[in-house]
Amino acid sequence: MTARGELSLPVQRRDFVPVLLVPLVALIALPLIGSPSTWVTLTVAGLAMGMIIFIVASGLTLVFGLMDVLNFGHGAFITVGAYAAGALAPLLASSLRADSMLLNLLAMLALIGLAMAVTAVLGYAFERVIIMPVYGQHLKQILVTVGGLIVAEQLIIAVYGPVQIALPVPTAFRGSVIIGDVAIERYRLIAVVIGLVIFAAMLLILNRTRIGLLIRAGVENGEMVEALGYHIRRLFVGVFMAGSALAGLGGVMWGFYREALTPGMGMDVMVLVFIVVVIGGLGSVGGCFIGALLVAVTANYTGFLAPKLALGSNILLMALILLWRSRGLYPVAKR
Amino acid sequence: MSDSAPLLTLSGVNTHIGPYHILQGVDLAVPRGALTMLLGRNGAGKTTTLRTIMGLWHASAGAVRFDGDDITAWATPDIAQAGIAYVPENMGIFADLTVRENLLLAARSGPIDEARLRWIFGLFPALEKFWSLAAGVLSGGQKQMLSIARAIIEPRKLFLIDEPTKGLAPAIIGNMIVAFQELKKSSGATILVVEQNFLFAKSLGDAVAVMDNGRVVHAGVMAELAEDRDLQHRLLGLHLDQHQ
Repeated sequence: MTARGELSLPVQRRDFVPVLLVPLVALIALPLIGSPSTWVTLTVAGLAMGMIIFIVASGLTLVFGLMDVLNFGHGAFITVGAYAAGALAPLLASSLRADSMLLNLLAMLALIGLAMAVTAVLGYAFERVIIMPVYGQHLKQILVTVGGLIVAEQLIIAVYGPVQIALPVPTAFRGSVIIGDVAIERYRLIAVVIGLVIFAAMLLILNRTRIGLLIRAGVENGEMVEALGYHIRRLFVGVFMAGSALAGLGGVMWGFYREALTPGMGMDVMVLVFIVVVIGGLGSVGGCFIGALLVAVTANYTGFLAPKLALGSNILLMALILLWRSRGLYPVAKR
Repeated sequence: MSDSAPLLTLSGVNTHIGPYHILQGVDLAVPRGALTMLLGRNGAGKTTTLRTIMGLWHASAGAVRFDGDDITAWATPDIAQAGIAYVPENMGIFADLTVRENLLLAARSGPIDEARLRWIFGLFPALEKFWSLAAGVLSGGQKQMLSIARAIIEPRKLFLIDEPTKGLAPAIIGNMIVAFQELKKSSGATILVVEQNFLFAKSLGDAVAVMDNGRVVHAGVMAELAEDRDLQHRLLGLHLDQHQ
């Protein structure tokens, strides 16, 4: 209250500092790299990889935030999604290799649709059978979800063998776009566009729909959401399925990015995914987006400038971020 | 149900939290259309009683009946949907959501009723002013207002409110008293309030129940307890000059 008894407006600070981190890292890297064309190529590649990591990590951060579940089995959905697409790809080979961009696009959407459907159904079963008995028990969650990941990987080895399977990028998305003396791979641009669409869709759902409102409230205080009359367990299942489907989508994107599928591809990328989730702030989709881009561009620049440090650069980045903001870039209120 | 029957009854309710036996046979009747104050020392089991009614902790023995239904084993969302609104001790507001979004979520049956919203703005003008702000930036008193507004945004049969005056400045407690009087008068609501502030309790309560060691040790009319200083001292440990 003011001296006159009028209500004074509380100060609501918009926190834009984390948003500036990615451009800041890019600008710092520019003089170190020297060549602007190399810098653009590395930056676009980093953004593309960041978008794929974001797609995978966004589901995990919501599951973490809303359900308080440490799901180390998330990597299984990445692998299963990629292999589901890999199983359908030979049947659509003529469309994937056709010279028509429309046919390529439709075939790619069919692969993505199948991967997301398979992983959503698998996610439902995973939540009911593996996660449900261990709600609220973190140690058991780690054990059973790691177990689930190993079982999924071994099943894929049993069916497809341990060797890698090719997943070529559709014809229209192969090659590069040349702008001046800068060459940017077409598929990386596609990955950036898909990542942005997913991010925009998630923001729209979370901020403009009742379901989104419930998810955001549930991440903060699930007990209160129940006391308001909403069955949060049903929401859990829906979010888990959506998170699994996003991992499946990420798996297809990652498979195309590498143009190869391996049984361990999900497990390989999970370290990066967990770093992103922690950097972003558990349960924060916005933090996850910035974290994913930051991790990917930093890894790319470091890989170019000091290859021996590339592996450790993400750990160092996470340590620095947590020293600065101990609960991540955008901590959710309760956590 | 006849209008004279209590809206809510607890019969021999026991609640365990882990190894602790908190409620040890609570018997309580909350009359319809009245404001019942649930008083008692810290640790007497008042908050546990409200949480047990809401199904947030389940009774290990005894029965909770609400408007004719045995809700003892019901899930919390079903209890809320039956018509009970709950304001927890920690207010339970969603700090990252705006004031508007907090109220939108509480209006389960659809869009917020404009007339009811105007009425709430009349009770708590701060909420209109801070409508688009994140609830986390509000002051403690404003958060409490939001928490109560969220409970009353739609008509409910019973309101469970846990220590609404805790940590609030006297001026804001005055606003709360007006708000509860208005709520009772305008909607004939049944309200069960857990309270430590005896001045607040006696200015509002129609009925009173006092808890000690996980049981209700006194139940009756508030006006009688307000008059009986010996009883207040015996039940609540109130010293005569401090709280009159």
